[in-house]
Amino acid sequence: MDQFPALLIVVPLLAAPLAVALPGRRLPWMLATGVSWVVFALAIGVLGRVLESGAISYTMGGWEPPWGIELRIDLLNALVALIVTGIGAVVTPFAGRSAAAEIRPQNTALFYCLFLLTYTGLLGITVTGDIFNMFVFLEISSLSSYALIALGKDRRALTAAYQYLIMGTIGATFFLIGVGLLYSLTGTLNIADLANRLPAVAGTRTVHTAFAFLVAGLGLKLALFPLHLWLPNAYTYAPSAVSAFIAATATKVAVYVMIRVLFTVFGADYSFGSMPLQPILIALSLVGIVVMSLMALNQNDAKRLLAYSSVAQIGYMVIGFSLATTAGLTAALTHVFNHALMKGTLFLALGAVAYRIGTTLIRELDGLGRLMPWTLSAFALGGLSLIGVPLTAGFISKWYLIVAALELGWWWLAAIVLLTSLIAVMYVWRIVEAAWFRDPPAHRQDVKEAPLALLVPLWVLVAANLWFGVDTRFSAGIAARAAEALLGAGP
Amino acid sequence: MDALGLYNYWIVIFLMMAGFYTVISHGNLVKKIAGLNIFQTSVFILFISMGYVSGGAAPILEEGVTLYTNPLPSVLILTAIVVGVATTALGLALVVRIREAYGTVEEEEIHVQDKDF
Repeated sequence: MDQFPALLIVVPLLAAPLAVALPGRRLPWMLATGVSWVVFALAIGVLGRVLESGAISYTMGGWEPPWGIELRIDLLNALVALIVTGIGAVVTPFAGRSAAAEIRPQNTALFYCLFLLTYTGLLGITVTGDIFNMFVFLEISSLSSYALIALGKDRRALTAAYQYLIMGTIGATFFLIGVGLLYSLTGTLNIADLANRLPAVAGTRTVHTAFAFLVAGLGLKLALFPLHLWLPNAYTYAPSAVSAFIAATATKVAVYVMIRVLFTVFGADYSFGSMPLQPILIALSLVGIVVMSLMALNQNDAKRLLAYSSVAQIGYMVIGFSLATTAGLTAALTHVFNHALMKGTLFLALGAVAYRIGTTLIRELDGLGRLMPWTLSAFALGGLSLIGVPLTAGFISKWYLIVAALELGWWWLAAIVLLTSLIAVMYVWRIVEAAWFRDPPAHRQDVKEAPLALLVPLWVLVAANLWFGVDTRFSAGIAARAAEALLGAGP
Repeated sequence: MDALGLYNYWIVIFLMMAGFYTVISHGNLVKKIAGLNIFQTSVFILFISMGYVSGGAAPILEEGVTLYTNPLPSVLILTAIVVGVATTALGLALVVRIREAYGTVEEEEIHVQDKDF
């Protein structure tokens, strides 16, 4: 039990080289699936401990913090770890059939190795309590996801991965500059220690500069409009399982790091009081939501449409935490949780479509609802959740966000959130209309429903969307407690 | 301390801007990677400069020495250098694959080819 936090990182890390050593194509996949379930169980265990007895601190190698690296898990990162591992536990089984169809056979073992390394990186960022360690894990997850994206079939996957590499590295280097400046003032890298020592030097220009570098770097990583340029291509041309996994987890983890830096390291008073961050972030997010939703309307490829919608959805999360109130943070964290579920569902559904017809272009989806009813109805339900229809997970996050906006008396913000949901109705409808209200062309008549190996993971996520749309005790409940802790702990 | 006394930091700023500008302005994919390298290197120098204590000896325990420089930034930068090497290697590998697929490493020509699809 005590070793769980370390095992969350160590298990996927050790399994990664093992996946390359295993012969054949099925064994690496079985290993990855096993690992994804083990870490999911570990994450549940850790969350249980945190709920029971408060934050866990684990000293790596027995070196006491702030000298050694500390793994520190409170409700916030326990929740994020649960999201990452939960999505992983569903996507990895899906990857078996899906990746076999999209990736060259000789690359299969490497694919699972990279997949596990991405997993390691994301979990490492989530559990660590050391800000330099965070940078290292950020780079582990980024480097392996660049390579994963480059495994896509289309040659544009290569340029997408290259573009992501350039922008991602700039983002990470900005983060590193910020960390360096903070270290030069405080002499510590431990997040809790940093938070204690920063108020004494908060007025200096070095801290202002560090703050700017950290926010800009993380803005690149979480694809905050207008720093999102790498995202649409990367999500579009990556293999289906990778799109689903990265879309549902990588940007969420970046949002987590942003929240951690703004609220734990600098504290809400500094980030949103002394620094004019709130108007900047809210303005950028609002423009981003509107522009990206309109861009989504004009896409020909369903995967690309979802990618643009992802940038818009990130805007909702950023608005949530920029309000810097308990209600706003709760909304942001709930949306992090729910958006992972809905985008996971939608990308997996498209993965199943790509498995059968080899493309996700919207004009090729005509009449597919009749040929693959289970897949496309899962897509429709995921779409409803994305729009925010009552009884789905998406409704809960929109609800919390609107309540948080109204609490501050910002009715215009609530109105924009509602109006942009209407654009979401329009772009989801484009796909639903093509799939369900048109006749399948003659050459598609023999397309069969996706195999069970793809449908089961897909419907597990659909069920989660519906479940967390009704029972919010878990998702919003933990989010609310984490939000209170974040705002209460700030200096 | 006068402004030139901190010349390390002026070098850092110069390299940082030169590298960053190269990444943004060049259309050649290899040159972009080179720019990225210069950009990262500037950060390495920033960290190492921070760790230096005026008059401090190298951080190796020795009798009679009381003032040491701070070894931690150098250790951090060792890690960052590894990350930088991995990034460069991956970036160049992607450039090789891009050249195989497109026959060019110029960004504009790649854009032209992709529009044909």
